[in-house]
Amino acid sequence: MSVFVTQLFNGLSLGSIMLFIAIGLAITFGLMGVINMAHGELIMVGAYATYVVQQFFAQYAPQSMDYYYVIAIPVSFFVSALLGLGLEKSLIHHLYHRPLDSLLATWGVSLILQQMARTIFGAPNVAVLPPEWLDGGVHVAGMVFPYKRLFILAFVAVSIFVLYMYLNKTAAGRRIRAVTLNRDMAACLGISTQKVDAYAFAIGSGFAGLAGCALTLLGPIGPTIGTYYIVDAFMVVILGGVGKVIGTVLGAFGIGLIGTLTEYSTSATMAKVITFALIIVFLQWKPSGLVSMKTRSLD
Amino acid sequence: MIKKNWMYWLFFLALFLAPFYLTEFRLSLLGKFLCFAMIAIGISLIWGYTGILSLGHGVYFGLGAYCMAMYLKLEASGGRLPDFMEWSGVNKLPWFWKPFEQPVIAISSAIIVPVLLAMFLSYFTFRNRIKGVYFSLLSQAIVVVFVTLFIGKQEWTGGTNGLTNFSTVFGFSLSSPLTQIVLYLLTVVLLLSMFLFSRWLTRSRFGRVLVAIRDSENRVRFLGFNPTTYKVFVYSLSAAFAGIAGAMFVLQVGLISPAMMGIIPSIEMVLWVAVGGRSSLIGAIIGAIVTNGAKSFFSENYPDIWLLFLGGLFIAVVLFLPNGLTGVYQSVRQRKKQGEVRANEASSHVLQRVSRF
Repeated sequence: MSVFVTQLFNGLSLGSIMLFIAIGLAITFGLMGVINMAHGELIMVGAYATYVVQQFFAQYAPQSMDYYYVIAIPVSFFVSALLGLGLEKSLIHHLYHRPLDSLLATWGVSLILQQMARTIFGAPNVAVLPPEWLDGGVHVAGMVFPYKRLFILAFVAVSIFVLYMYLNKTAAGRRIRAVTLNRDMAACLGISTQKVDAYAFAIGSGFAGLAGCALTLLGPIGPTIGTYYIVDAFMVVILGGVGKVIGTVLGAFGIGLIGTLTEYSTSATMAKVITFALIIVFLQWKPSGLVSMKTRSLD
Repeated sequence: MIKKNWMYWLFFLALFLAPFYLTEFRLSLLGKFLCFAMIAIGISLIWGYTGILSLGHGVYFGLGAYCMAMYLKLEASGGRLPDFMEWSGVNKLPWFWKPFEQPVIAISSAIIVPVLLAMFLSYFTFRNRIKGVYFSLLSQAIVVVFVTLFIGKQEWTGGTNGLTNFSTVFGFSLSSPLTQIVLYLLTVVLLLSMFLFSRWLTRSRFGRVLVAIRDSENRVRFLGFNPTTYKVFVYSLSAAFAGIAGAMFVLQVGLISPAMMGIIPSIEMVLWVAVGGRSSLIGAIIGAIVTNGAKSFFSENYPDIWLLFLGGLFIAVVLFLPNGLTGVYQSVRQRKKQGEVRANEASSHVLQRVSRF
């Protein structure tokens, strides 16, 4: 029983990380039909931003080291969001009607960003020390739930809640949903689709930055940290369907739980194979993912 | 035909004669590039002609290569267990290694295994009209699955080191220059036949349906064709090309490891085709040779810059050269032609004026 609960918790924890990584992708993909292959590198940028904030505190304000993480969260969000905005304005903007080409171009961006991280921070991984108040864990009936994982779960829950409120309760969010649903019609009704694209892309990138910030709690970070998670994040987007936050949430926790449970009962390698096979099987039943927006358009 | 396409024939003639004017090292490098060119032809068929972007061709290449390598490994071990199996504590040859003692089975499975996998993946996705970016991502996921599988099952596949240390093929020493030249020529013959077959295919009625699917799949469906059949066929065909390329690659390079079938090599394969010109078969071949030539030059001389260069190349080709080198060549030719036409018009204009007097 306790083993099962531990596995369940691990699955939820993995799912929350998947969700964090995939949610930004899902926004940009749903909105523009563009898969941003550099999303993993935006995660890396967020992680390194956290590292830089930590170094800064260690250098200039060692007495308030405990609180550097609080500062690192907005910093990583804005650094990644700005980078994403620049990327949208300079590159992706030109490739809206060529989704496959934008996939290749953003992959080129990801290579360049990786190489730049290698040049600036060096190829070996760097360690970010988690704040002390996150050490230890909750002990329940012989099981340990580490504070770090609980913190990430809460972090993700709050972020997703804020995103949901933003998309559903504000005017800007309504514009994003309108463009996602029907770009031409939204443009006819006076929404500047270019502006919507730009800030939606910035928000999606910012979420990648937050994910990077969260990942620093789990282990050392390196230039290729993004590529490690990104393919699973794509699978989350495919499984969850595009256009609705809830689909991504279900997809992420689905993949997280299947991944950990199969890994526990078989091995890490077999878990990957089984998860992938299950996704293919699932797509036979629902080709457009768990939750998809109803639309009459053919393509 | 010969007159119109003399450049193609000249190109292949130059490839056939390469053993006479290249050093042994350069020849083996060129042989490797020609294997890559085979993959490029297949990718041009599915991407340039049919509009399917596959990021998973490294797997088909790898499977073909591993099938051939298993045979070579067994031949090199001379009836005993392959060395890496002994190291990982396996004392009996696994059942699926057994058939690979037969060269016929090894060579045919180098084609059949990739094709079966490609058919499985493409049938179950295209059947549900999953296409575009979705398919690209699924094909990329299959790369991750296979790479983790091949690294994880070290006792069966040799793990990260892959399969290497081969000695002979059909009893001929792999290290002798003559064997290498024969293998090189065989590669050129295979490449030429793939090229001619694909050229015939794309110019046939079948090829027109492929292009129609690329431009508007739904219209093709409304006209009564079943795009799924066409797409599955052409995707499997390109997997077969990649499998053959893998087998020839292992014979010439003498090594296959999971790193050669990973995400980055798979997406590089797409870049070769993008550089050469995606909807041109000869462009794909030239793109593969040029890009890999640049790669071996850069990574020999400036290993750090190579990744930056590769990334920049991706962006530049997509933004500025959507039709690759072939596109450049064609637009230059077109401009020249237009210039000639304009010159003719102008001179006839002058003549008319003159004749009026």
